[in-house]
Amino acid sequence: MLACYLRLIRAGFRRYSTYRQAMVAGLATNVVFGFMRCAVLLTVFAASAQVAGYDPSRTVTFVWIGQGLIAVVLIWGNADFGERVRSGDIAVDLLRPLDLQAALLAEDLGRASFALLARFTVPLLIGLTFFNLTLPSSALRWTAFGLSVLLAILVSFAIRFLLNLVAFWLMDWRGLLSLHGAVSTVLAGLAIPIAFFPGWARVAIWATPFPAIIQAPIDIAIGRGTALPLLAHQLAWVVVLLAAGRLVLARATQKLVIQGG
Amino acid sequence: MVYRSLLAASVRSQLAYPASFALQCTGQALLQLQNMVVILVLFSRVGEMGGFTRQEALLIFSLAGISFGLADMLVGPLDTLGRLVRTGTLDALLLRPLSAMAQICASDFALRRLGAIGTAFAVLGYVLATSDISWTPLRVAVLLITPLTGLVLFGAVWVAASATTFWLVEGSELPNAVTYGSGLFTSYPVSIFSGWLLRLMAFVVPGAFVAYYPALAILGKPDPLGLPTVLQYSAPLVAVLAAGVAALAWRAGLRHYVGTGS
Repeated sequence: MLACYLRLIRAGFRRYSTYRQAMVAGLATNVVFGFMRCAVLLTVFAASAQVAGYDPSRTVTFVWIGQGLIAVVLIWGNADFGERVRSGDIAVDLLRPLDLQAALLAEDLGRASFALLARFTVPLLIGLTFFNLTLPSSALRWTAFGLSVLLAILVSFAIRFLLNLVAFWLMDWRGLLSLHGAVSTVLAGLAIPIAFFPGWARVAIWATPFPAIIQAPIDIAIGRGTALPLLAHQLAWVVVLLAAGRLVLARATQKLVIQGG
Repeated sequence: MVYRSLLAASVRSQLAYPASFALQCTGQALLQLQNMVVILVLFSRVGEMGGFTRQEALLIFSLAGISFGLADMLVGPLDTLGRLVRTGTLDALLLRPLSAMAQICASDFALRRLGAIGTAFAVLGYVLATSDISWTPLRVAVLLITPLTGLVLFGAVWVAASATTFWLVEGSELPNAVTYGSGLFTSYPVSIFSGWLLRLMAFVVPGAFVAYYPALAILGKPDPLGLPTVLQYSAPLVAVLAAGVAALAWRAGLRHYVGTGS
């Protein structure tokens, strides 16, 4: 059984590694935006050398790790699974002797591992070449960072799974996806460090699962605060959101009626 | 005439699900607001950005937002060109006695962008109401013509960038770096950028003329980059030139196109 999920991980990896030129194009966009976002965020240091615990080096590191994570955690969401619900292909998926959520997660882990290899490392290397980055200085920090990225992928998967499940109830659930895409950039801490926000907004944003996707791994990498509470925040959201996904899936399959014969 | 029915059909299909359309409009408005939040948060930490105060930066942001939203609505569907070439759908469009570009743009006319455009207009209204600008007929004229010149400039960038797809079929997302990149670049004072990024995105891709120079003209402000004042009034001329270059690029692309074959 486990072997089957491992094959799904490999399949996910292979599926996304097929489109090389599309990958290069996506990379080019991430890198161009990386350079521009560095210039934008560095303007806050015109008057002071430190802003909310960030210095210029940590700020550019924030940008390049964020640009690298975009494709790894699919920050703007994806609609593949929802499309299968809409078209009815989901019936075939449910007939398979596999746990649907686990199977989709396995495929997503495969996709994310390819994204880590191709879409994460290149922006980071370009950042290292042109800027002075602040990266983890000990093996322990690197391990914590790796663990944090894995948890970020799990949280992002759990959110995308829940969003796509809405397709069971709404014929056109894409409006909801576009709302999610519109707020995720700021809430996840991709657009601007959450620490730059006023106090009340920081508390509100950290009460959502979104910072677990981008800001938490970045904080661990640049050494803002201790790693354990951040990892605990991420793990808590993984458990809550995956459980919610199972619950909603169970409700969805109960009401599912497939048309046609 | 035919274009009008194509557009009407596209609009009707989008309004078929009113609730979903409202959500998508809201999503577009939120996207624009989110970009503004970034600017506001930055200004809560620093007094000026590239020589611009918060109000002045918001003027640039709103002008760029209006032009980008309009261009995205009118020529954004060119992003699908790669798919049309790969699937051979483009051949069908070319067989019809209509412009291929107009057909592509009319097919996926995204009315939901009105959410982003409306938000940008609201920000512009707020900035104009709360800023102390000494209006002259010339400055009013610049303000009125800027959304249009910005639309032509973004449109030219979009068309020229998309035309590269005729050569790089599989890299059809490559234009995004320039089109959406210009969207981000032009919404900030270009004086915060420097080096190759400034030269490329402000002058080779004429991003500085979308909102930055018109805003300087409206505010009666000297250019922090120290370039001649005449640039502040040259956006219409640059827009015409850019449109010419884009038209040539598109024609060259179409002439190069021989289908993907099977």
